[in-house]
Amino acid sequence: MNSETLNTLNSYSKNKYKYGFVTEIDDEKSKKGLNEDTIKFISQKKNEPEWMLDWRLKAYSKWKKMKEPKWANLSFPEIDYQDIYYYSAPKGFEKKPKDLSEVDPKLIDTYNKLGIPLEEQKVLAGVAVDVVFDSVSVATTYKGELEKLGIIFCSIGEAIQKHPDLIKKYLGSVIPPGDHSFSALNSAVFTDGSFVYIPEGVKCPMELSTYFRINAENTGQFERTLIIADKGSYVSYLEGCTAPKRDDNQLHAANVELIALEDAEIKYSTVQNWYPGDEDGKGGIYNFVTKRGLCAGKNSKISWTQVETGSAITWKYPSCILKGDNSIGEFYSVAITNNFQQADTGTKMTHIGKNTKSKIISKGISLGKSQNTYRGEVSFLRKADKARNYTQCDSLLVGNQCGAHTVPYIDSKNNTAVIEHEASTSKINEDQLYYCRQRGLSHEEAVSLIVNGFCKQVLQELPMEFAVEAQKLVSISLEGSVG
Amino acid sequence: MFLEIKDLSAKIENKNILKSLNLNINKGEVHAIMGPNGSGKSTLANVLAGKEDYEILNGRINFKDNDLFDLNIEERAQEGMFLAFQYPVEIPGVNITPFLHSAINSKRKRMNEEEIDNLSFAKLLKSKASDLGINIDMLKRSVNTGFSGGEKKRYEILQMSILNPDLAILDETDSGLDIDALKIVTDGVNKLKTKDNSFLIITHYQKLLDYIKPDYVHVMVNGSIVKSGGSEIAAEIEKDGFQKFQ
Repeated sequence: MNSETLNTLNSYSKNKYKYGFVTEIDDEKSKKGLNEDTIKFISQKKNEPEWMLDWRLKAYSKWKKMKEPKWANLSFPEIDYQDIYYYSAPKGFEKKPKDLSEVDPKLIDTYNKLGIPLEEQKVLAGVAVDVVFDSVSVATTYKGELEKLGIIFCSIGEAIQKHPDLIKKYLGSVIPPGDHSFSALNSAVFTDGSFVYIPEGVKCPMELSTYFRINAENTGQFERTLIIADKGSYVSYLEGCTAPKRDDNQLHAANVELIALEDAEIKYSTVQNWYPGDEDGKGGIYNFVTKRGLCAGKNSKISWTQVETGSAITWKYPSCILKGDNSIGEFYSVAITNNFQQADTGTKMTHIGKNTKSKIISKGISLGKSQNTYRGEVSFLRKADKARNYTQCDSLLVGNQCGAHTVPYIDSKNNTAVIEHEASTSKINEDQLYYCRQRGLSHEEAVSLIVNGFCKQVLQELPMEFAVEAQKLVSISLEGSVG
Repeated sequence: MFLEIKDLSAKIENKNILKSLNLNINKGEVHAIMGPNGSGKSTLANVLAGKEDYEILNGRINFKDNDLFDLNIEERAQEGMFLAFQYPVEIPGVNITPFLHSAINSKRKRMNEEEIDNLSFAKLLKSKASDLGINIDMLKRSVNTGFSGGEKKRYEILQMSILNPDLAILDETDSGLDIDALKIVTDGVNKLKTKDNSFLIITHYQKLLDYIKPDYVHVMVNGSIVKSGGSEIAAEIEKDGFQKFQ
């Protein structure tokens, strides 16, 4: 690697995370630490019915007996669960504001700064947004319009109040609280997130989107999202996330469950841009996320697309359980790590039904001193006749102090299964840079162009409204404005 | 003087390649450099373009009143230097349209010209492509990716015609081309030639010079130019090879 390339790379490591501001707002917190009282406090704040509190407490007793999973290629100090606030909300949020006139202007301002205007007429055309600030949902746009079609799009807190039957039936049905310690933790202390129900035969006419913001210090965010697509329905959903720059690490442990019934399709996209820490590896979000989708019915389809650029630590494996015959699971991922970021991310495709298909496209880009691991498991159960998987994992190394790792597991109990796996690791190529620069592009432009080209297969899976944003984010991540 | 190379010596990894090389090119001239393999022809092209693998030991290069060594790769390109590569590299996922659009605009920016918008650029690209007999479908593909040798060279000429350089260096553009492809490529070059731009054509074979008429032919051996003259030199090489120059 020549000196000019190194200079460019060094300039990339300079950290200018543009979402790193703090909103000064009076907040109300639970007492620090995790115990039954914390859970009762959360449940009471959310005015939950008894059965919900019981559900939480059961999860908590499971969590107490569990240890964090340690198999990932990540190193970080022990998390002190007693040193975290589990609930933080701007004052006056006992009841969700009816409309924007009841929302503190500081909050509206915050979202304007983040580029997420809450007034419907200003929102990206055709995108309905639910915004979650620390532990509470602030606003949900286009609700009325969606209701006309029978679509429910609201915060999970509201769904517990208004749609208890759906919650009782589906919450925890894909990710049982006792699955592992982070799912147990989330089930015990989850605060807010989105709930979506698409009725039979309805194609949701707009993108649904949730924007998560962590603001308060020393506070964990435990988002819980549940999406149910009834027979023959379709929905495309996108989540985005940012957090202020802080020197302490903060915990984000989300659970997202998707259920697709017969002939239904769910497309779930994530643009994860939590604060990644500074160039010395100080601060940043610990992102331990469990995302799992169940293709319950025949011919159903679940597609995960993720662009992971933020967080000090990313531990995340959006997965599909392909139960219905002919169901399809897809996973498209771009993970960029810079400075001291660590990402261990991938997917799990479990083929249960006949003729089930899965496709995995993973693109990992490592810069600085970061470590980037793809970890995936594809399994074919006994009855998964003629199931197929295609996996492609590509890693791109920029510089010579970073690492890329690929850990694929394959487990087949059915000998009619077809598995294709392709993997590549490459360094950013000096000849490509020379070629681009000879045409007049700057060194930075050239790197950005090559990396964007490398990710294209995944970026083109994003909803159109966000594809351009995601491309910019990829470039910014390289420039160091995000890290 | 448009391009003036004076007493140029350069090395790569302890190996001296260029040795006190002199060459002058005026506006509107076409120069050909011929030489056997390993004589340093491609090194000269890369040193002109600014590739960083080479160490300049001695000499200077002036290009359009600039000291060339003050400019980095992209600045030289923006000043109007274009290198058609011998082996154009593949850049998967990068579409030719935004790639060339950025390239032309970075040049315009340096020249304080107005940037060209998407629509006008798409039109320009299409018309240049059809001039060169390039299928529109080829414009949808990633830069050089999965192209045959001939397609890659044609693509280089397309880029050259879009960027409209003051000095175009063609590094063994004829290698690996059949006669039909060679004709398309050389036609492209001939169409671009005006009294205001110059060409430096590097080639191993005399064949190319049947299609592009050079004003000067230089013979390069062992890192220096050993003989210069008109196109009669090319004929001499065709007949007797490089032996007698060595």
